[in-house]
Amino acid sequence: MAATPVSSPAVAPAAIPLRPLVHGARPRSLRVREAVIDVLLRLCALSAVAGLLLIVVFVLREALPVLLDPETRREASLERFFATAMWQPVGDVPKYGIAPLLLGTLKVVLVAMVFAVPVSVLAAVYASEFAPARVREGLKPVIELLAGIPSVVLGFFALIVLASWVQSLTGAVSRLNALNAGFALGLGIVPTIFSVSEDALRSVPRSYREASLALGASRWATAWNVILPAAGAGVSAGILLGLARAVGETMIVLMASGNAAMISGTPLDSVRTLSASIAAELAEVVVGSPHYATLFFLGGILFLTTFVINVGAGLFVDRLRRRLAGA
Amino acid sequence: MSVTTLAPILRPLVKTPPRDVAGPAFTALTGLAAGLIVLMVAIILGNVAWFGAGTMTWEFLSGTPKHGMTAGGIFPAIFGTAALVILMVVALVPFGVGAAIYLHEYARPDAWLTRAVRFSVSNLAGVPSIVFGLFGLGFFIQFVGRHIDRMAGLDVVWGQPALIWAALTLALLNLPVVIVTAEEALRTVPRDMREASLALGATRWQTIRTVLLPQAMPGILTGAILSVSRGAGEVAPILFTGAAYFLPYLPTSPTDQFMELGYHIYVLSTQSPDVDATKPLLYGTVLVLLLLTLLLNLTAILLRARMRARLAGRA
Repeated sequence: MAATPVSSPAVAPAAIPLRPLVHGARPRSLRVREAVIDVLLRLCALSAVAGLLLIVVFVLREALPVLLDPETRREASLERFFATAMWQPVGDVPKYGIAPLLLGTLKVVLVAMVFAVPVSVLAAVYASEFAPARVREGLKPVIELLAGIPSVVLGFFALIVLASWVQSLTGAVSRLNALNAGFALGLGIVPTIFSVSEDALRSVPRSYREASLALGASRWATAWNVILPAAGAGVSAGILLGLARAVGETMIVLMASGNAAMISGTPLDSVRTLSASIAAELAEVVVGSPHYATLFFLGGILFLTTFVINVGAGLFVDRLRRRLAGA
Repeated sequence: MSVTTLAPILRPLVKTPPRDVAGPAFTALTGLAAGLIVLMVAIILGNVAWFGAGTMTWEFLSGTPKHGMTAGGIFPAIFGTAALVILMVVALVPFGVGAAIYLHEYARPDAWLTRAVRFSVSNLAGVPSIVFGLFGLGFFIQFVGRHIDRMAGLDVVWGQPALIWAALTLALLNLPVVIVTAEEALRTVPRDMREASLALGATRWQTIRTVLLPQAMPGILTGAILSVSRGAGEVAPILFTGAAYFLPYLPTSPTDQFMELGYHIYVLSTQSPDVDATKPLLYGTVLVLLLLTLLLNLTAILLRARMRARLAGRA
C-alpha cells in the first residue's frame, strides 16, 4: 500500500526552496531559534536514513553467528544450509536445509505474478485508455479499497473460503497449497502493480495519442503499440514493486500455504516460504541459538532480495521520468 | 533530438493492419481484467459482511474471550489496537512531518544528503514487514531494552516484547507514508504564500508555522490516518515485539504486552481448539478490523481528493 504514493513516477522534482534574504537584522534569540529548528528538522529527515541503516545493522548483527561463530556453525552455516534438503529446525539433530524454503517462496511468488501481472496491467490499460470517465472514477476507489484490506484478512479469506474453492476445482490433496496462497498473494499485490502502471500510462503525453490516432490507428492499436511501450519503464517499475512485495509478504502465505517444507514440482502441494518460517518459528526459539541466528539470516536474504528489486524499480521510474521529460 | 527519440516509439504504427479484428477483443479483455478485480473485492467484502454481521453485538464488542476463545468478545483486542496505534502516531508524526518540511522547505534537491534521505524513504517503504519484526526484536528489545534494564538495574522490564516496542517498530514502518503525504501537502501550498510571508519579514520557521503548516494540515492528517489504518492491520511486525495470544488484563504500561485485532484473527484462524465454534467470532473480528481500516482509508481518500482538487484548481 505504501509503495503506491512513494513510487509515483509523475512527481515533479522540487524547486529550490526559498530562504529569507536578510539575516543579520534579526534579534539574536530569533536567529538562535531558527538555527536550532534547522538542526531539529535535519535530524528528523536523517531518521529515515538512520532507520534503514539500523535495520541493516541489527538484522545482520543477529544473523552474523551463522558466518562467524564456530559454536553456531556446527549446526547452522552456509554450507549446511545447502548440505541437506530438509528443514527440520526442531529436534535432536536439527536440520537447516533452506532449499525447500527457497523453492516454496519461488513457487508461491510465481503463481502470484502469473495471476497478478496480466490482470493488473490490463486493468490499468483499461482504466487509462478505454474506460468512460465515470467507470474510471468508480474503479479507482475499488483498487484503494483492495489496497486497504490488511494482509491478515486476505490470509484469513484464503484459509477459510478460497482454499475450499481451489481444492474442489483442482482436486488437490492438501487443502492449503502453493496455488491457493499464490492466488491470495496475487490479490495482495494487484493494487501496487495497477496504481504504478496506471500512473505511468496516464503520464504519457496527450500528443502521443493524438499523433497515433491522426495516422489512422485504432484506439487499441494506439494503446498497445504507442502508449504501453512509451510507459513501459513505469509498468516495469510497478511489476518489480509488486514482485518485491510478493517475496516479502508474510501473513497471507503463513495462513494459506500449509507451511510444509518440502521439495516438489507441483503448485498443488503445500509449501513453506522464507517469510512464513520466520513468522512461525521465531517466537519459540531461544535468543542467540543457531536456530535464532538462522531465522535472522533468512530475514537478511529477504531484505537483500527486496532491496535489490526495489532499487531496480527506482531505476525504471527514473528512466520513465527522463523519457517523458525529453519527449 | 525529438526525431530520434520519437521514431522507435511510433514505428509500429505503420505496421498496424488496416482492418483489425483483434481490437474489440483486446479492449474487452482489458475491461474483463478490471471487472475481475472488482468482482473479487466484492466477494471478499461480501463474504465477511454476510457472515460477520450476525456476530456484531454489544457483548461481542465489549466482552473478553472465554472458554479457550470459543466464546466471548474481543474488547481487549480493540483496546490493544487503539493503544498501539495511538502510541505509534505520537512517535511517528513529528518525525515524519519534520522530515517532509526539511525535504521540501530546507534541502537543496540535488544535495547528497537530500538524495540519501529520499533513497532511504523509498527503500524503507519496500522493506518486508516481517523484516521490521526482526528489527524490532533485534534492536528495540535485545539492544535498547536490554541496555535500559542493565543501566537501571532492573530484572527484565524493557528487554522483552512490549507495547512500546511494537508501536515504535510500526512507527518506523509507516515513516515513509507520513513523509510522502506530508511533502505532497506542502507542495500544494503555492510559492506566492512563502514569498509573501518572507517579504513581510517573517523568518523561515515563522513562515512554516503560521502559513505552511495550517495550509498543509489536511495532507498531514491524511498521512497520519493512512498510517493508523496500516498500523492497525499489520501483524508481521508485532508478532515478536509485543502482541500476546491471550491476556486476562488490559495493558496499562508501555512495557505490558497487548492483544491486537489482526493478531487475534491470525490466532483464531490457525490455533483454535474448536474451529466451528470459533468461526462466528473469527468473522466478527475480521469485520471489525475491516470496518476500522476501511473507514480510516475512506477518510484519508476523501481528504486527499479535496487536497488534489485544490492543487488542480491552482495549476
